[in-house]
Amino acid sequence: MSAEIQLDDVCCDFGSFRAVDHVNVTVKAGEFFSFLGPSGCGKTTILRMISGFTDPSSGVIRIGGEDVIGKRPNQRPTALIFQNLALFPLMTVADNIAFGLEMRGVDKKSRRMTADDLLKLVDLPGAGDKMVSQLSGGQKQRVAIARALAVEPQVMLLDEPLSALDLKLRQNMRAELRAIQKRTGVTFIFITHDQGEALAMSDRVGVMSQGRLQQVADPRDIYNNPVNGFVAGFVGENNIFTGTIGAAAGGLASFASPQGTFRARLGAGAVSGAAKLYVRPEHTVLSVTVGAENSVAVTVGDVSFEGAFIAVSGQTEQGTHLTAEIRNDGSATVPAPGTKLYMSFDPSRAAILPDHDGAKVGA
Amino acid sequence: MQDLLRRYGPTLTGVFVLLTAFWLLALVILPNVSLFEQSFRPYLPFAEIGGEKDVYSLDNYSQFFGDAVDTSMFGIPVWISLHFLAFLDTVFYSVVVTLICFAMAYPLAYYLAKVAKPKSLPMLLLLLFIPLWVSEALRAFAWYIILTFNGPLNQMLVGMGLVERGIRWQQGVVTDFDAIVAVLVYCYVLFMLLPIYTAIQSLDSNQIEAAEDLGAPWWKTHLRVVMPHAKPGIASGCVMVFMLSAGSLLVPSVVGSTSAIWFPQAIYTQFNDAQDWQAGAAYSMIFLLLCIVFVALMMRVFRVKLSDIAK
Repeated sequence: MSAEIQLDDVCCDFGSFRAVDHVNVTVKAGEFFSFLGPSGCGKTTILRMISGFTDPSSGVIRIGGEDVIGKRPNQRPTALIFQNLALFPLMTVADNIAFGLEMRGVDKKSRRMTADDLLKLVDLPGAGDKMVSQLSGGQKQRVAIARALAVEPQVMLLDEPLSALDLKLRQNMRAELRAIQKRTGVTFIFITHDQGEALAMSDRVGVMSQGRLQQVADPRDIYNNPVNGFVAGFVGENNIFTGTIGAAAGGLASFASPQGTFRARLGAGAVSGAAKLYVRPEHTVLSVTVGAENSVAVTVGDVSFEGAFIAVSGQTEQGTHLTAEIRNDGSATVPAPGTKLYMSFDPSRAAILPDHDGAKVGA
Repeated sequence: MQDLLRRYGPTLTGVFVLLTAFWLLALVILPNVSLFEQSFRPYLPFAEIGGEKDVYSLDNYSQFFGDAVDTSMFGIPVWISLHFLAFLDTVFYSVVVTLICFAMAYPLAYYLAKVAKPKSLPMLLLLLFIPLWVSEALRAFAWYIILTFNGPLNQMLVGMGLVERGIRWQQGVVTDFDAIVAVLVYCYVLFMLLPIYTAIQSLDSNQIEAAEDLGAPWWKTHLRVVMPHAKPGIASGCVMVFMLSAGSLLVPSVVGSTSAIWFPQAIYTQFNDAQDWQAGAAYSMIFLLLCIVFVALMMRVFRVKLSDIAK
């Protein structure tokens, strides 16, 4: 019971502001797909267009192959979980869950049975007679999921539903949402600005900026092979060098910057000229002696202990701030502030990407 | 109380308490107690007040139910006193006014609270409030003019050829109380609109969308989500409109037909024309009591708590 969703050249304008700009993407049936982006990037608008609360200005939206433009939300096989959950506070938990069935004219007894079954599914057995206000944040979350599942939607749309929870609960709910998705096989479309959430839960992620879909790929690819500076910068931390691309060979290119000349992987969009070099902090190595290549001299500044890793920030001679991450596995020595070290990175772990963002990509 | 003391100090707190006590005691409780006491005493010439005839009795109250006449109510023949009939008519048509006000105000309140653009809201509210800038008396007289036989309404209808000759609106078309009901609705509809508007405004719009997303047609969204949320507002609007309508003296006096007696008019007649303050007091007490009972009953039926209305 899941459906494929196609967005075909979808645009959405609010007055002169283009919230969604020529988005093309196909979410496969049964997939857990995340739209990831900063606030105001248009991801919520996409969700509202799929659920039917907002009409696209142009383009076609298909759910299970059927064009749904012009259909009201109550005519679409989608169920939306709102950011604030929007549970009905004046109804019991069971009435909340059974609301969709009540609207479909299902009789009271079987409504209640479905509600109880769903409460078991979301691990809240016996909570049916409670009022919503008696539940904790995580429990409300589960009720919202159960309420959406009750109408047996082919597509579940989730609008940052975890953002109001505290860290521990959020991590639990991630796993739980994922498990519910696997169990039910429903297509999940998840909206978030939290890259950790998107990467951990999704089959595929679409990164958005300024109304445009920047990259659609599986989480690994998004993180390891970002197509442009925006994706690289938004997903994860980076050390960024500005410079120009030199000679290229075998997928690698030389890169001349004020901090030195490096060799790195050439990203798809950057052919020649001005570009930026991105290196993840965890892909850098600190050493006392200069490395074979891609080595920059830095003076250690701040050392911050983050628990699982230690972030060492340093400054080059030119004043560029760089960060290296050392795994807190007891093997590495933590440098003292003021130490002079070399920061090196593997060419295959660094990417040269176009300076701009907003490149259109299809999926 | 402790809070009040800490925040305002003993002097200011004392002033607050005394002023409130004065208002409650001297302006609300004592007059009512005095009226209550009066209602049990006979109507006597001045010289005999306080004399041996001045004893407590229920005569004034029995007058309300006494002198039964053969009449009809809503087409059903009944055998009750004219004043009791006036009371029943008043309650019934006040309910009608309340229902019409609700039917008009609810969609408007929903529109203002959830549909209208925030930019156009001040203008819309202003338009609604402009009629309130004119006193109730003037508004009632304006309606008197509109509804008179040679008034603009009839002239318009005849001019447009919709009716052959003017209609005697104030005599009533459907019932004797048509004109009273219409003008009361006009005067008090805003008292229904505002509490409902405030109540709907506080509803999270996501809940309306959630209901629709779960498959609810628009009317079920209203029945199951919007109205339950707005119930306190609806209740206080209904109580206000009902009490104002039932207690209105001006509107029925101005636009009422000769055959329609509104209960406050009966009370007024006792006080002013008959100079029988004791009977008037008894009527007032009955009216107050029965209206309270009616409102309490309605609140019970619709499961509204007193604290909901006070919100």
